[in-house]
Amino acid sequence: MSSLTAAPVSAGPTGDRVLRRARRRNTALGLLAWVVGLVFVAPALWMVLTSFHSEPDAATNPPSLGAPLTFASYREFFAGRGGASPWPPLINSLWASLASTLLVLVLALPAAYALSIRRVRKWTDVMFFFLSTKMLPVVAGLLPVFLFARNTGLLDNIWLLVILYTSMNLPIAVWMMQSFLADVPVAVIEAAQIDGARLPAILTRVIAPMAGPGIAATALICFIFSWNELLFARVLTGVVAQTAPVFLTSFVTSQGLFLAQLCAASVVISLPVLAAGFAAQDKLVQGLSLGAVK
Amino acid sequence: MSTPLAESTAPRTSGTPAAPRPRKEQSQRLKAWATRAPLLPALVFLIVVTQLPFAATLVISLFDWNAFSPDNRHFTGLSNYSAVATDPALRESVLTTAVLTAAVVVTSVVLGLLLALLLDRSFKGRGLVRTMLITPFLLVPVAAALMWKHLLYNPEYGLLNGTLAAVAGLFGADAPQPEWISTMPLMAVEAALVWQWTPFMMLILLAGLQSRPHDTIEAARLDGAGPWQIFRYLTLPHLRRYLELGVLLGSIYIVQNFDAVFTMTKGSLGTANLPYTVYQTFYEGHEYGQASAAGVIVVIGSIVIATFALRVVLSLFREEVSRG
Repeated sequence: MSSLTAAPVSAGPTGDRVLRRARRRNTALGLLAWVVGLVFVAPALWMVLTSFHSEPDAATNPPSLGAPLTFASYREFFAGRGGASPWPPLINSLWASLASTLLVLVLALPAAYALSIRRVRKWTDVMFFFLSTKMLPVVAGLLPVFLFARNTGLLDNIWLLVILYTSMNLPIAVWMMQSFLADVPVAVIEAAQIDGARLPAILTRVIAPMAGPGIAATALICFIFSWNELLFARVLTGVVAQTAPVFLTSFVTSQGLFLAQLCAASVVISLPVLAAGFAAQDKLVQGLSLGAVK
Repeated sequence: MSTPLAESTAPRTSGTPAAPRPRKEQSQRLKAWATRAPLLPALVFLIVVTQLPFAATLVISLFDWNAFSPDNRHFTGLSNYSAVATDPALRESVLTTAVLTAAVVVTSVVLGLLLALLLDRSFKGRGLVRTMLITPFLLVPVAAALMWKHLLYNPEYGLLNGTLAAVAGLFGADAPQPEWISTMPLMAVEAALVWQWTPFMMLILLAGLQSRPHDTIEAARLDGAGPWQIFRYLTLPHLRRYLELGVLLGSIYIVQNFDAVFTMTKGSLGTANLPYTVYQTFYEGHEYGQASAAGVIVVIGSIVIATFALRVVLSLFREEVSRG
């Protein structure tokens, strides 16, 4: 269907007409794409708009599109008027996501190196072992982890989440980084070796610059998955180590007329993910398909 | 360490060290371990954190164990499995999981394909439309579920009924104001999940469309093939594995979905899927043995899907390796 973009170039009136018709159809389909795009983003935009409305304006039928805008909901949300301050859960989430992402990079980078540049024997088997752990449902291991945490006093401890999120993201990171490191041309590394470069120099001067953007995208995707996680956080944390998604689910029950504030909370909590996601947009598919699609 | 390329270009076969001298054999083995060393921390970490708990689940599933009577804990063999298999609520949750997963995956793949075809052309603002389309996927899942529940589905002031009322109001009529979640609970959850997962499918299929061999398509068009023929006989076969990949990865993620069910319905009204039921059985019901048996069943289901998924990933991967 993309054929239309490169319509056949031919002289004469018939060719001209074909070209014009193709162009018109392309415009119509482009317009359709715009409409569909707007429909898809509409609920999210409505959420953002509602977060800037006052509580009475937020809950009207028919919806009040043109109601005056206010920051009141955000002020209320950050002030913790609902009973609990949002700062501890936000900081917990940030901490769990950043620490686990860092740990993932520390573990996955050398592993990806051993699977792409200086390959171990049967490296594809190892790759598929990593992948297979990702297919094990989280709920299957939840109970033993819970019992272990309870007996060792690790319940409601953010470090437990850091460990679990690391294991959750490690297979994805290994797969992604393997494919990024394998993209570094062998000839370039060989040339550096001939020039007398040692391993550290090759890693920092040759491989890092070429695989850098891919590694950054991997980190962003791991960050997103950790930030979004609910089940582990819900079961394994309580008051102290509660994360932002858990806070958001408990936010609703403690409120009366809450719609605008709920929207403000959702927007605030989604912002880091949106930012990371748009930053990693180009590599998003590769990450989500575990490196299978480039 | 100064010759890291020897192995990447020519992978060693298992019987390479043909050298008779033990000294050399030893250094070979040392070298092999040096190659393996960077891999070990990740491998050990993953085995300890993901495989041990699952092994424990297998063991617990063979015990009669309720958290409220810990002294009564004893080995019961497979009776938890027969309890799970005969419990109507659990059986229903197996069915719910299958229906939910199939409906969401199929709908979002079809929508994702249509969107990918729409985006696979150049038009003004293409980048912006793409960004708009992936926004649903980049909301925190809990936030998205809450948004659907309170902001869209709410029968009194939700956007859906509000829009219905506003449109009907233009004609001076009263619009129906359905209670979305209580009249069609599973559909409501599915719609929210389709909204979130369609962008995922679109991204994968768009990547597939853009990797089509353009010379073949050009040749087909010069031979007089129409757009539908090109789509049916060239594009679709090329997309097959991308479609499979989307279906299988989507299935793996959606079979495990917890956030939407937990947030929107708390598993009531027949929307409790297996992950939610496992969570409820152990977190609220404190039936550790039965929860573990249900967990093992989820794993078996996932393994069936995963076997197919791995095969698809493997075939894409092989192609990539042989090309590279």
